[in-house]
Amino acid sequence: MARLNLWRWGVLGLAGLYFLVPLAASVVFTVDVPGQGITFDAYSQIFSTGGFGASLLLSLELAAATIAVVLLLMVPAMVALRLGAPRLRPVVEVVCSLPLVVPPIAFVAGIGTVLKWGPEHLSRTPLFQTFVAIQNPDFPFVLVLAYVVMALPFVYRALDAGLRAVDVRTLVEAARSCGAGWAQALVRAVLPNLRGALLNASFLTLALVLGEFTVAQLLGFQPFAVWIVNVSGSQAQLSVAVSVLSLLVTWVLLLVLAGFGGRTRTTSRG
Amino acid sequence: MTTTVARVDVVAVASPKRRRRAPGWLAVVPLLAFVAVAFGIPALAMLDGAFTVRDQATGATSYSAENLSASLRGAYLTALLGSVKLSAVSAALGALVGLPLAQAVVTSRFRALREAVLTASGVLANFGGVPLAFAFVATLGNAGVLTRHLGLTDKGWDLYSFWGLVIVYLYFLIPLMVLTITPALDGLRTQWREAAQNNGATTVQYWLHVALPVLAPSLLGGLVLLFGSAFAAYATAAAMVGSSIPLVTLQIADALSGNVLVGQENVALALSLDMVLVAGLVMAVYLPLQRRSARWLA
Repeated sequence: MARLNLWRWGVLGLAGLYFLVPLAASVVFTVDVPGQGITFDAYSQIFSTGGFGASLLLSLELAAATIAVVLLLMVPAMVALRLGAPRLRPVVEVVCSLPLVVPPIAFVAGIGTVLKWGPEHLSRTPLFQTFVAIQNPDFPFVLVLAYVVMALPFVYRALDAGLRAVDVRTLVEAARSCGAGWAQALVRAVLPNLRGALLNASFLTLALVLGEFTVAQLLGFQPFAVWIVNVSGSQAQLSVAVSVLSLLVTWVLLLVLAGFGGRTRTTSRG
Repeated sequence: MTTTVARVDVVAVASPKRRRRAPGWLAVVPLLAFVAVAFGIPALAMLDGAFTVRDQATGATSYSAENLSASLRGAYLTALLGSVKLSAVSAALGALVGLPLAQAVVTSRFRALREAVLTASGVLANFGGVPLAFAFVATLGNAGVLTRHLGLTDKGWDLYSFWGLVIVYLYFLIPLMVLTITPALDGLRTQWREAAQNNGATTVQYWLHVALPVLAPSLLGGLVLLFGSAFAAYATAAAMVGSSIPLVTLQIADALSGNVLVGQENVALALSLDMVLVAGLVMAVYLPLQRRSARWLA
């Protein structure tokens, strides 16, 4: 047992070193500027740099919309697969894995091509208004569409793992025989048992959207990650400071979410 | 399967026949419709564009494989191979490190440690991108903290090299492996280890003959996922300006935004198609493995 513990702490220690050193070094890099000594200028500059609040808010809005859409699409489908349509399961599995086959950069190349159809071919049709609307820079819904697709594989995995630990059929049968409707059975009996999986799916989607750069940058929008790169051109210290901060923002958000679920979460793993 | 369906029928006896069938596939339809629109249309547009050649003089378009063959020549081919090599090496290393780490976390008695590591993995696996690049530039870049204090430049260290990028990529690949393999490790029953021990197996024998065969599909599945993730990574490399490693994602972005040559958009789409083919091959390996691992861990 002692040997096992030694091995465990060795692995954890090395991993901790590898993962913490870059973070610590980033902080040192931002406060210990060569020739200037210890200074917190990089951090105080962030908030006065234009676009910080707007881009962060945009990222959060996109994340909220993406989580809502992806869960609304996936949860009923995944539960239904367990209940009544097991033959569709491989279909949904493949469909949800397809985005893994198309990397974001290839995906955005396709989206860009489609969006160009708007002005080129559809300018006289009502569809054109839709094309304009989803590219509204204040809230580019096209990004939500893209992010939902990109989140599908992660959400599928999270929900599938959660559903595996729950006997959905029995739960629904029990709820139904107590007189619950389908919606009631889903919301009151199945979803509470999936809280862990739902939170996990939301975590992954949130982190994905907050950190997403490729699609937003190449489509010309400016959420948080793109803003960081745009302001980084001028000053190295500032860009690293924002990176540290963006990690902290993501981290705090995830911890808040975990705090919400953690208190009441029933663990399904032994 | 038929018997269980029949049981539902008895419970739902009050509902007419149509109603008990409806939820089955009806709930799946919105998902499939959404994917068809939001994913299918761009994918088809990419496919169409990859084979479309526009005559610069007349503006007329025609179908040909010219873009595809252009994407497999010269600098584009070098970039494609560079991406494959980088992804394969970092995925293998990521899996090799991620498995022991996940095992150390899963077998830990401290629940807090487990929660912390899994949450952190969730962040870091998706931390890939801009902040990651900047963190490593600050740490190991030419003016990085470690580079300066340890004098790494004199020892031949260069962050903007192949192994430099591997080290950066591992920062999000290892957590991804931890996230992927943890459910499988959770599925390893204590009884299996006890049974092996009762039969006189050593720890090594237990791992070689019991745990690894059970884990193998998940492990390979994770490996493939890591490869795909590294292969698709763009933001990290894009933010680490100055890297001399040619990557296919950088080439696509350059061609899309017309940085190098005007009118290369369709070659970018062809390159995208190349990426999709590589990733598709990888996925063709992954899905059957996934199904196998599900059978053991159900």
